[in-house]
Order: sequence, then structure tokens, then C-alpha cells
Amino acid sequence: MSAGFDAGIRAPADAFERRRLAAVGPVAWNNPLPDAPYHLVIVGAGPAGLAAAGAAAALGARVALIERHLLGGTCFNTGCVPSKTLLRTARVYEQMREAARYGARSPADIQVDFAAAMTRLRRVRSHLTATTSVRQLTASGVDVYFGNTQFEGRDRLSVNGQPLQFDKALIATGARPHVPDIPGLKQAGFLTNASVFDLAELPPRLLVIGGGPLGCELAQAFQRFGSKVTIAQNLPLFLEHEERDAAQTLSDAFRRDGIEVRLNTTATAVHVEGADKVVDLVNGDYRSSVRVDAIFAGVGRRPNVEGLMLEAAGVDCDGIRGVKVDDHLCSSNPRIYAAGDVCLEARYTDIAEESARIAVRNALFGGRERLSRRIVPWCTYTDPEIAHVGMYVREANARGIPIKTFTVPMHQVDRAVIDGEQDGFVKIHVREGSDRILGATIVSRDAGDMISQVTLAMVAGVGLRTLAKVIHAYPTKTEAIREAALAYNRTRITPRVVARLRRWLAP
Amino acid sequence: MPPLCSLPDAAMLDRLQRAAFDYFVQTMNPANGLVPDTSRAHSPVSIAVVGFALSVYPAAVERGWMARAEAARRSLLALRFFHASDQSGSPAATGYKGFYYHFLDIHTGARVWQSELSMIDSALLIVGMLTVARYFDADNAEETELRALADALYRRVDWRWSQDGASTIRQGWKPESGYLHYGWEGYSEAIVLYALALGSPTHPVSADCYAGWVSTYQWENLYDQDFLYAGPLFIHHFSQAWVDLRGIRDPFMREKGSDYFENSRRAVFVQRRYAELNPREFVGYDRNGWGLSACDGPTDEQLDVANERRRLFGYAARGVPYGPDDGTLSPPSVLASLPFAPEPALAALRNMLMRYPQLLTDDRLATSFNATLADRQGRPWISPGHYGLDQGIVCMMIENHRSGSIWRLLRGCRYLVDGLRKAGFGGGWLDAPASAGAQP
Repeated sequence: MSAGFDAGIRAPADAFERRRLAAVGPVAWNNPLPDAPYHLVIVGAGPAGLAAAGAAAALGARVALIERHLLGGTCFNTGCVPSKTLLRTARVYEQMREAARYGARSPADIQVDFAAAMTRLRRVRSHLTATTSVRQLTASGVDVYFGNTQFEGRDRLSVNGQPLQFDKALIATGARPHVPDIPGLKQAGFLTNASVFDLAELPPRLLVIGGGPLGCELAQAFQRFGSKVTIAQNLPLFLEHEERDAAQTLSDAFRRDGIEVRLNTTATAVHVEGADKVVDLVNGDYRSSVRVDAIFAGVGRRPNVEGLMLEAAGVDCDGIRGVKVDDHLCSSNPRIYAAGDVCLEARYTDIAEESARIAVRNALFGGRERLSRRIVPWCTYTDPEIAHVGMYVREANARGIPIKTFTVPMHQVDRAVIDGEQDGFVKIHVREGSDRILGATIVSRDAGDMISQVTLAMVAGVGLRTLAKVIHAYPTKTEAIREAALAYNRTRITPRVVARLRRWLAP
Repeated sequence: MPPLCSLPDAAMLDRLQRAAFDYFVQTMNPANGLVPDTSRAHSPVSIAVVGFALSVYPAAVERGWMARAEAARRSLLALRFFHASDQSGSPAATGYKGFYYHFLDIHTGARVWQSELSMIDSALLIVGMLTVARYFDADNAEETELRALADALYRRVDWRWSQDGASTIRQGWKPESGYLHYGWEGYSEAIVLYALALGSPTHPVSADCYAGWVSTYQWENLYDQDFLYAGPLFIHHFSQAWVDLRGIRDPFMREKGSDYFENSRRAVFVQRRYAELNPREFVGYDRNGWGLSACDGPTDEQLDVANERRRLFGYAARGVPYGPDDGTLSPPSVLASLPFAPEPALAALRNMLMRYPQLLTDDRLATSFNATLADRQGRPWISPGHYGLDQGIVCMMIENHRSGSIWRLLRGCRYLVDGLRKAGFGGGWLDAPASAGAQP
């Protein structure tokens, strides 16, 4: 089966790739020669670094942005952007196969063109350089440096040996895939987010180790492309931070897609037999092995702190949690801040960007803004998507906050039924006895878009009573949010209220 | 005999209860008192089913279905077996630390299927032992031995060990791989387990254990019902086969202004609403066609609904509203809802029996059926044989509905009462003077 599989990892140097690399990592680039210290030097040009550079430049600061590799970081080059592009193509194939569900006819012979999917990925990524490029940054007044950074003191660093003085610095070096310590894995070869988007060919059989967001998304995408996917997760459910019902819905969706789901399962060893990679799995006392063509090791991320000589700058950090920062994002050196994956447990692009903006204002203007005050949603883009904002029930319970959840299954929402998307739900958590929203989880095909309504309500301090007055266009899936609010209103009609109303209505 | 459906409620329930009880009479191994998991050939013993068997003997004696001495003899057989069983925890033993493996060989009592040492199933067995110990209170040699054995078997359970140093009780343990690390969070059928574990005078769990478990609860408003969420119906039933949770409340229920009995009633309305909405468009689901619970189900058949290939789940804990749901319903779970919501339960049961008379064999309910998977004659897929867990919960819940006698019996069990109090339960019968003088 696997004899013909080309395990090569190489993106063709097509026009799309040339355009992207020219925009985010030009080969012939001369670093600027500064004539004065910078107000702010930013190390790392991923989402956090770019957001910080944009914010600082707009506020009139002299800003330097240093990147070791490519602008845009993981998110743009090897993360959200390429993965979501791939997911979109995969969904087309899924819908072709499932056409009969929608009263349509499936094409007689569905041939997956993996190369075309990858070409589209490169085209979209290249197109988006219109908003992420060296040219744009320099035009907005940011000095862009390419090279390796080493701190040399509490207020200075060097880029490829060239010294830079700073008043304040921001570390935004992000994180990299964490390769699990499985005997034989390195020898057998494996994919991570850094390499998977350069695959030359679709692996006929794929093992995904780890059930985090990217592992889940790619497991589903590759299954829909036609790989036989097995996903092994060393926990009872996927997405360990999400609510149980959300993770359960995802497990069910995986099984429906035909993914072989192995929960509570650890990969213990890998060895190579011919062209096959054979992976030993253990679940309690049950041992088995799975034979695949490729392994995606999507477990966890590790912060990029090595090689920066942070100790020379008096910045406390460790290799697992990264740079230690306070709620103002300030490190142990008051001149140096950090933002994004290098210092935060929640590794999402939106949080990285917001933390960077807060850090810039705190660093440059002595602000005291706190990250914990921000209401930040996140989303895993499986089908259905899983989006969350605010507090989880278990957090409320742990903090002794009485919490109540208003749940609206999507099968109660006309538009979801119309679209054949009844799986999923909207759950809005309120403080018991009030309409104050503490958090929400949405599972739905477009949960990532839907969650914004709840986020807006939370930021604006709007409770369920007000949300109940928000009229939604009919039929839309966001009506589920209003339904939850209306359910809240109905709980206010107690028997005593009804008795009073009856007296009022009595002739 | 006239068809069941034609009988008035009382007569119909009497026949259903008697038929459920007879499962235990007909299937028990006379050599050791053990009862098989199902009526199918070569079925192993489920220790929980033995717990149910013990628990239904008192009602059968009261109803004149079995002589008291015979019921005591059968109970004693099982108690003697467990007392003498291999507790070494080896892979072929019967138990360890006072707990027992989930499935045992019906002849030898040795572990089968590499099953786990199950905390919840052990608890259901142990509470069955305490039930007969409460009932058989005579001063003769047999009943005295029976009480002494039940007491010793309860006291030897090392509940503290089952915590594995964590804040809640682990679900199970295997000699090959240690404690199971399956997530066992959220409201479940485990109240009776926690009450037994807290009430132990010998090896109780830590005092904060119950609070640790409750902290994983989800209080939800779903279909206009405020309730403590659990998807499958049996979760709302099992503990309350023994423990009378009417009007007594733990801190969680006090805060919510509800109780577990009322919660189970609301669970019925949630099930009924889900079946009415019938999101997956299965045959036979409606206001009087519900009952998603843990039960057997089809596996090999092809299920297509509205041109959509659906997955079948075999034996699984089906639940609402998140599933799994493959069109399979459990009539015993409907009947077990009787004490909580008599009218909806009876209406649904009668409706199912009218539509699908094949659900009954000798007045005994099949564990499950799937009407979407009907044959050419329109007959639904029906799980063959009978399951002991179903017959046990049906027999007990009909009894509780008719007389409340099992609840009353266990209200006098000191260990359970102590455990409930340590879990923070209060009010209702727990505060009445009678429960202060409860006996083991």
C-alpha cells in the first residue's frame, strides 16, 4: 500500500513561494544601522511581535523588530494560515462524499488532488503577505532586522553581532513543536507543523500523536483527504482544556469521519520495517501496534528561549514555561517585557497579539494594564468548531463561584437544521442568580464566528437580559445565543410572578 | 394470560416486577449464589448484578414470591462465596482490598475478560449485601451469620486505597496496569459509592472526597429544565434504587434549591423533550418514545437515515442531548423512571409495548430495541436475551414506587446514613429521630 508513497518534505519553489519568501524573509537584506537607542526592540516577528511593532510605531516610538527566520511566525507560515487553508479544501471533499445528505448527488468518482490542495495553500499564504511584509513594516517606520539575537546586558543586545541599545525590549520569540521522547521516533522520521505543510504527497496512513488543537484539526483534514488516520491521545478526551461535552462531540465527529480514535493511549516505541513506520501503543494493559506511512507528532509546544542569553539581561525563564512575566507582562528585568507563546500558557494567535499590545503600552507609557482583565476567545477549527470565551465551569467551581449554564443544542436552531448541522451546542455560563455572563462554549460548524457575540457582550458588560432583546436575522445560527438568553428570561417567570400576572389579567 | 398492556397499572406493574425478579431465580448458580450478567449462553457474572439480586430478595419475600428461608439461603450462598474468595489481587483472583473484579467466572468466581477491579460495581454489590443484612434480622443461625458476613465484607473494603491519593475515587484498577485513568468526572451514579466510602468505620475516603467529586458537576438549563446534567438515564436511577434521596440535600442541591429525586424527575422531561425533537430523525422517538441509557445495541447492521450513513454503537451509555444516539432505546430505563415521574414513565412504557410487543418475553423486558433498524415485516431490532442490571433496577424501582420498602430499609443502615451525613446531606428523613438509631 505504501510502496509508492513519496515521504519527501519539500515545497516547490513556485511563484507563490517566491512571492511569500520575498515578502517575509528576503534573502538579500541589509540590516539598518541605528544612530540612537531604540525606544523598543522587539525580538521575534510572529503575531505578537508584528502586533507590538504596529502598535509601537503608531504611537510614535522608535522601534526595531528582529526576526530570526520569517515574518509572520508560526501562525502565518506553519500554523493557523496554512492549516485553515487545508481544512477548507478537506471540507469540500467531505461535502462531496456526503452530498446525498443534502439532497445532492455525489460525484461518481471522487479523486483527491493533494498537490492542488497544497498549491492553493501556497497561493493563499502568498496572497496574505499583502498584510505581512517587510515593505509594509518599513513603510510604517519599523526598523526590521534579520538575524540571531543575543542579549548582552539589561539594556542592550546584538543581532548577528551588531549591537543595539534599547530603552525597553519585548521578547516575542514564540514556541516550537515539542518532540515527544519516544524511542525510535527521531530515527523513523516524523512531521510537525513546521514540515507538514511542505508534504510532497498525501500519506496513505497517518498516525497523529497528541490530541491538541492542531493535531485534531490535521487528523480530520488528512482523513478527509483520504489518509487512513489514527489519532492517539494519552488522556480520556481530546482538547484537555475544553469542556467535556465539547471534547465528546469532537470524539464522535472523528469516529463519524472514520478516524481511528485511540484515547488513553500512549505511543511507546517506533521502528521502521521497510517503508513502514510501526508504532507501539499502550492503553492500560492493552498493547497494540499501528503501521503507518507518516507520523504527526503534534504534542505540545516549547517556548523559544534558548540562545537568547536571557540570563545576561536578568530575565528569569525556563525551558518549559518560558519567560516568567507578571500580569502586566513584565519580566524580572523591568526594562524587558514578553508576549505571546514564549510566556503564556494559552498559545493562541489572538491572545499573543493582545498580550503584545498590552505589553507595548505598559512598557512605553508606564501603563498598568493587566492581561487577566482581557476577555479572550479561542477556537479549534475542527468540524464542528469548538470555541470558548471566559470562565470554564470547573474554574468557577474551584473558585467557589456559583455557576449555571444555559444550554441550547444546535438541533433547536432552525438554521442549523436547515444546513444539516445539528451537532453542537451553545452553552452560556452565568453567575447563579444573575444574568452576568462568566463564559461560554460553542460547538458548531462556525463556532469561531459565533463566539464573538458573547465576547462582545462580556466586554460591554451586557447580561442575558439585554441579549434577549437583540434581534437576529432569521434564520441564522447565532439565534442560539438569543435562545439561551430567552431561556434565562423564562426562568424569571416564577409561579409567584405568574400568580401576580393572573391577578392583573383577571377581569 | 391477558396481554400486559390490557391490564390496569397495578396489575401490569406486578407482573413486570415478578418477571424481573424471576430473572435472578432462574439464572443464579445454585452452587455459589452468583448471577450472570445476561441470560445469554456463557455469560460471566457481573458483581453489580449480584448486588441487585441480593437487593430484590426482601421485596420478593414480602410479596410472597419466595420463602424467607430460601431468600436467606440464597443470600448467604453469595456472601459466603465472597467472604471466602481470593482477595490477593492476582490476575485470576476474585478481588483485592475488599473490592471485586467487574466480571467473574460463574463457576469458579475467578476474574474473566481481564476485567477491572470496579469501584462502582463493587459498591452496588456491597450495598446489596447491606440490604439483606438489614432485612434478615431474625435471631436464627443463618440470618445471624448472614449479617456478620455482610458487615465483615463491608468493613474490609479499603475505600481510601481507591482514591490513589487523588481528590476523588478512581473508577477502577487492574493488576496488569494499576489504576484506570479514564476521566470519571461529572454527576454519575456514584452517590451510593461515596456514601458507602465515607461511612466506613474502618477505611473511609478522605473527608473532602465528596466535595472533590461535586466540583465536577454541571448545573444546566436545558429545554427549560434546571438540572444537574447527566446524559444517560441510568445515572439518574442507580443510587436511588437504594438511597431515598427525596427531600434530603447535600450542599450542592441546597444551593440550587432542588434535590436528587426531583433532578431525576427533570431528567425524564429532558429525555422526553429530546425524543420529541428527535434531532437525528429516528423511528419511534416521540413524547412517549424515549429512554436513552446504557444498554446493548446493534453493531453489524447498516443504518441509513435520510441518505446519511449512521454509526451504530453496540453496548454503550447512550444519552441526551449530546449522544451517543443511534436510534436505540432502553425500555427498562423508562420503567426505572417510575418513582420519579410515574405518569410519563407509564405512558411511554405502554406506548412502547403497544407498538413493539416483541419487547417482552415472559413479561420480561428486553434491554433495548432499535425501530429504525426494522426488518421487512416492520419488526424492530431487539437485543436478544435479558440483562441482569435491567431486571434488578426494574424490580427495585417498581417496589420503591409501590411501597417504598427498599428506601425505608436502607434509611436504617447506619453506614449509609453516616456516609450521607459526612457528604453534607441533611434535612428530610435524615433529620428525623428514627435515622439516629440506624443499625448496620
